[in-house]
Amino acid sequence: MDDATDTLDPLAVAERWMDDGRTVAVATVVETWGSAPRPVGSHLVIDADGNFHGSVSGGCVEGAVITEAQDVIDSCEPRMLEFGVADETAWRVGLSCGGRIRVYLERLG
Amino acid sequence: MDPHCLRKLNAERRARRAVVSLTDLGDGRDRIVREADAVVGPLGEAITAAFRSGRSGVVEVEGRSYFLNVHLPPPRIVVIGAVHISQALAAMAKVAGFDLSIVDPRTAFATEERFAGVDLVADWPEDVLKQRPLDAYTALVAVTHDPKIDDFPIRTALEAGCFYVGALGSRKTHARRVERLLGAGMDAAAIERIRAPIGLDIGAASPAEIAVAILAEVIEAFRRRELNRGAA
Repeated sequence: MDDATDTLDPLAVAERWMDDGRTVAVATVVETWGSAPRPVGSHLVIDADGNFHGSVSGGCVEGAVITEAQDVIDSCEPRMLEFGVADETAWRVGLSCGGRIRVYLERLG
Repeated sequence: MDPHCLRKLNAERRARRAVVSLTDLGDGRDRIVREADAVVGPLGEAITAAFRSGRSGVVEVEGRSYFLNVHLPPPRIVVIGAVHISQALAAMAKVAGFDLSIVDPRTAFATEERFAGVDLVADWPEDVLKQRPLDAYTALVAVTHDPKIDDFPIRTALEAGCFYVGALGSRKTHARRVERLLGAGMDAAAIERIRAPIGLDIGAASPAEIAVAILAEVIEAFRRRELNRGAA
């Protein structure tokens, strides 16, 4: 990871935000079924002001994850989110590719 | 996620060491496991398998659910020789997602003008590779076909377990190279790992076409390596 890569790397961004004293949540794709836009292990990091970096889908469910992240930051309780076409939430936020993903969302620290 | 874990994870990734970030999905506790760290029992076996395959995922072990996120160093290419082929290869490797460095002690070849924006070191491989050691996630591409420059990095790459070691030169040139390496005490099985003549056989003629053949062979070596390791 060189400096250029670092600026795009969600986990490096999370560490920088943490060092700046910002409260951070980390979302991680832990399981996928069917055609999912981002592979298992992909990260989206979110701060308490709703700034975010990285991705867990092709932009389809990030909005929902960012909203949930505020709850996780406040409560300090990690949670598992699931998105997919079979799910009513997913119909709203929409994984248009027809896949299904599970996203683990946790607070940093 | 524990802040110490994040710092450790990022430090290991910067140092190009393979790590698994392990999260207990039940209680949210996490830890960072390095390739060299021994973890006993079924969880240890799952971690070893994850390092081998490079695949992240959820595993169930003794009634608990864990997420294993595998972070393997991004593959990179070290090219010995700032030649015409390397100019084309540098541009293509970037598109294909490889970090690439070029080493050539001949200052007439290794010029900023010929390699704008490329990580280029105009020094002997003997000195450069001491500062920037090769590893299992590095491909070595030796294209000077000058034994004074190529032989040392080829030997070093085989010893470091580089996932790809390729050397430019005809079959005759390579036969002489093999003789020299055997004479220097290298193991015949290790020498067999050298891909020569370099590049997939696609009838490449121009420097750019040879660069395509080399890059394709590097990609093949990297992707197949994972399958081989997974089956081992």
